[in-house]
Amino acid sequence: MANPGAYYLGEGMPAPAPAIDGLDTEYWEGVKRHELLVQNCNTCDRPQFGPEWNCHRCHSFDLGWKPVEGNGRIYSWERVWHPVHPALQDSCPYLVVLVELPNHENVRMVGNLVGDPMQTVEIGAEVRPVFEDHEATEETEPFTLVHWEVV
Amino acid sequence: MSKRTMRGETAIIGVGETTYYKRGRSPDAEFKLVIEAILKASADAGIDPREIDGFASYSNDRNDPSRIAAALDIKDLRFSNMEWGGGGGGGSAACAHAASAVATGLADTVVVFRGLAQGQFGRFGQGARVPHVRGDQAYTAPYGLMSPAQSFAMRVHRLYEDHGITQDTLKACSLASYHHAQNNPRAVMYGRPLTPEDYDQSRWIVEPFHLFDCCQENDGAAAMIFVSADRAKDYAKTPVYFLGGAVGSGNRAGSGAHNATDYATSNFKTVAPRMYDMAEVKPEEVDVAQVYENFTGGVVMSIIEHGLTTYEEANEFITFDNLVAPSGKMPINTSGGNLAECYMHGLELNIEAVRQVRGESCNQVDDVNVSLVASGPMVTPVSDMIVGSEAVL
Repeated sequence: MANPGAYYLGEGMPAPAPAIDGLDTEYWEGVKRHELLVQNCNTCDRPQFGPEWNCHRCHSFDLGWKPVEGNGRIYSWERVWHPVHPALQDSCPYLVVLVELPNHENVRMVGNLVGDPMQTVEIGAEVRPVFEDHEATEETEPFTLVHWEVV
Repeated sequence: MSKRTMRGETAIIGVGETTYYKRGRSPDAEFKLVIEAILKASADAGIDPREIDGFASYSNDRNDPSRIAAALDIKDLRFSNMEWGGGGGGGSAACAHAASAVATGLADTVVVFRGLAQGQFGRFGQGARVPHVRGDQAYTAPYGLMSPAQSFAMRVHRLYEDHGITQDTLKACSLASYHHAQNNPRAVMYGRPLTPEDYDQSRWIVEPFHLFDCCQENDGAAAMIFVSADRAKDYAKTPVYFLGGAVGSGNRAGSGAHNATDYATSNFKTVAPRMYDMAEVKPEEVDVAQVYENFTGGVVMSIIEHGLTTYEEANEFITFDNLVAPSGKMPINTSGGNLAECYMHGLELNIEAVRQVRGESCNQVDDVNVSLVASGPMVTPVSDMIVGSEAVL
């Protein structure tokens, strides 16, 4: 393992925070409860991600959130070797995956693939979410990241 | 209604650039570099820079046209324009905007410029040092997906998955750019040849990009001057005519968290056909192409999406031998491009396209009449231009 600490990547990475305009507060509150949510239109009942203020399909402003049902599927991946942030100095290599959600019209989410960073990554592999809780620091509130592991 | 077009209505009469430096090596301030590039383009054309009356740039260029107009003692500023979007996607868009301003009478003499001193204003290839990220970045940066290379690598793995494209095509693009730079004294990588073994042994930045699949980070500035075709022969150099331009991207290309409808794309699928249509050129009539290299995987996608080859034939077509001037079937990035001449956000590619039509390239292709530039693959918007000789008007 490249990352012996509590978190998949090194401490001191930028922390996610809800948008100032309140667009995605529900998402970030949901993952703190270990509930992965995807935006869903209350008018045409179609999902979208990342969150936006209107439905990209029917243009309704009446959008809500649905819990993600079932597992995801690896749509693409990358193995990062060059650290572009001081917090990543001891974290390389690490794996980033783009996961599509078959039960939600294949909308996609980015996360890390937990486990051996040198594992062979297969596009199409079934993955499930893994919640990684981060404690508060002097600069950041508590937050939760969503990683993925092969089923 | 007659077809709306700018084909042949404007021409490029002057091009110029500063010395190109490695990032942080410019002894001059970025704004000074921009002025120097515009003065060099003016000298190349044989035009008094006070005659310039418009400016077009892109990628949030920091150098305000009103300040430039004051610095150049310009009499009458008539056009001041910036294409939205980051990366080099706006390079050919800025050229199209300059051409459109001249063609429609908004201005008479328009400069396209780009100034970039990453040593003075921060690098593109580093993650932001901030405690929080919000909005779209909140879904990527905490997972270590921060830099441009990291933002585009997954598109290329998906290209491999969908179409069976191989790493050898990326390697061929890299080797071609470095090969061409060895004949270009302006190139930052002049005298720094790259062998296939060097490529294979170079470290990964992020799979599938080796170090040599990635553009440089540089300091410098570049400029081009557009006037109407009916004035174009009044200046020092043979005019190079603007035949067609196009800007944009496909459905929901800018949707968040990597949710573009079409993912494994350079974003040229809708743009390139519009450019060819305006230029009245077919892909097989392109004599030489400058294809923006942020990362070589985007070059491969761009070559395919411009119809220069197909997904099925790409592995056989995109080879070093086919990509190099003068003998290749489709020479690309003949100045060394972003990989090996200079990362001037691609404007060095637009200048090289002009030099190819003039017959002034360091890696001249024979009898160039149709010269293509594809700016900024995988970002949104991207843009295209085709310039050509008087013979194709």
